[in-house]
Amino acid sequence: MSTIFGIPAPALYGQILIGLINGSFYAMLSLGLAVIFGLLRVINFAHGAQYMLGAFAAYLLLSWLGIGYWPALILAPVIVGAIAVVIEKTMLSRLYGIDPLYGLLLTFGLALILEGAFRYWFGAAGQPYSPPPQLTGAVNLGFMFMPIYRGWVVIASLVICLGTWLLIEKTRLGAYLRAATENATLVQAFGVNVPLLLTLTYGLGAALAGLAGVLAAPIYQVSPLMGSNLIIIVFAVVVVGGMGSILGAIVTGYVLGVLEGLTKVFYPEASSIVIFVIMAIVLLVRPAGLFGREE
Amino acid sequence: MSSAPLLEVRGLNAWYGESHVLHGVDLDIREGETVTLLGRNGAGKTTTLRAIMGILRRREGVIRLRGKDLLGLPLHKVAQAGLGYVPEERGIFASLNVSENLMLPPPVSEGGMSVEEIYSLFPNLHERRSSQGTKLSGGEQQMLAIARVLRTGARIILLDEPTEGLAPVIVQRIGDVLVALKKRGMTILLVEQNFRFAKKVADRFYLMEDGRMVNSFPGHELDARMDELHEVLGV
Repeated sequence: MSTIFGIPAPALYGQILIGLINGSFYAMLSLGLAVIFGLLRVINFAHGAQYMLGAFAAYLLLSWLGIGYWPALILAPVIVGAIAVVIEKTMLSRLYGIDPLYGLLLTFGLALILEGAFRYWFGAAGQPYSPPPQLTGAVNLGFMFMPIYRGWVVIASLVICLGTWLLIEKTRLGAYLRAATENATLVQAFGVNVPLLLTLTYGLGAALAGLAGVLAAPIYQVSPLMGSNLIIIVFAVVVVGGMGSILGAIVTGYVLGVLEGLTKVFYPEASSIVIFVIMAIVLLVRPAGLFGREE
Repeated sequence: MSSAPLLEVRGLNAWYGESHVLHGVDLDIREGETVTLLGRNGAGKTTTLRAIMGILRRREGVIRLRGKDLLGLPLHKVAQAGLGYVPEERGIFASLNVSENLMLPPPVSEGGMSVEEIYSLFPNLHERRSSQGTKLSGGEQQMLAIARVLRTGARIILLDEPTEGLAPVIVQRIGDVLVALKKRGMTILLVEQNFRFAKKVADRFYLMEDGRMVNSFPGHELDARMDELHEVLGV
């Protein structure tokens, strides 16, 4: 059996794949957080709960209404985004312009309520959710076997991240968003409905989390705490990438996912803290993050 | 002139937090007129523009455009009513390139300049259309800030110190642009410290002091009133 740095090659490839999959979720979630923080200056602590809501929406669509995976990929993010729009309109929008701590506390409270409610209804154990029949099984890549669904997740997340990046960098709506991130008052003085833009942005960020939740359901099971397990790492990713940096969130998400996977191979004891060690180093050397702009 | 003013401001009071900064400002601008606000730093000229635009929210009094009340409108509806704002700090966005900056303000009515017309008026902007907005020189940024509101079909443009800190040749260039805009029938409310520049374009002057309008006179009286102005403006 071939080895690389004394590690059996299949084990190495396997961990890189797991790292890429985790990285896909880090990237999608930190991307939504970065978009929301960039414009609203709100640290959205409900992001993990919105990811969990997306997974539960897919699960409930199937078990209550018999609606399968493919429609759920569209419906679940729409549901999560719609709930987020209501939250923004009724609660979050009242907190703009005051200490950002209030937005953090509100979203943290909402996350606790959502997770508590789903634990009450469904218990803490995970509910299984099967991948669609088109994506079951595995494919032999020559150097390893890869479950098809995992390959799909990596590709889908790349498409989602690229699509979001193009939306922000290349469209008129994205130009409004970038400009409003710099100077919301002036953009509104030009006649752009900035309050609506803020609502849509929060909805979009939450919908991205919901979409990640649907993609995650067949891999990690559907459980009320699936979001809170992940969200702490995602915050570390956002800090390393630079708060509010779109590209930083995407690149850092994948890179840290793979680094975490590699750490599991070469020094497993450190695998659960490697991201936080990197975060600490980045904060010391470049407090604004790798892709962040100093303010 | 018998026609009703296009923009009518009556008894405008405004506050920055607790501090009362405008004290009953009255101002009229008729269609096609260029009106210039003069006054020392801190007299309330920029504040008057910000209060008319609605950027400064704590206001009382009357602001009417063609008889339509602007005071009760949310900020984004003021531009849609036909006001174009060119702020003192120019407000060019660093995360947008020149072309994106130009295309940012949504059109508010028919009759705005086409992108081709704008680029023929400001050839530099066309050359640098893919550059980051804030990489432009100060003069180019000022031209971009003006060009940006010409596309939208705004009926009145509010220009806050467009010549501040610019070289004489650029000031000359901006003066030519304003004269061209006047010829097209654009209505302009200008805040300006540079007399020679203002004299070239202004039909009428308002003089502000301590958040009040203290005088107003037609443009051709500027030279005759220089002594009085020197006293109020301290220049």
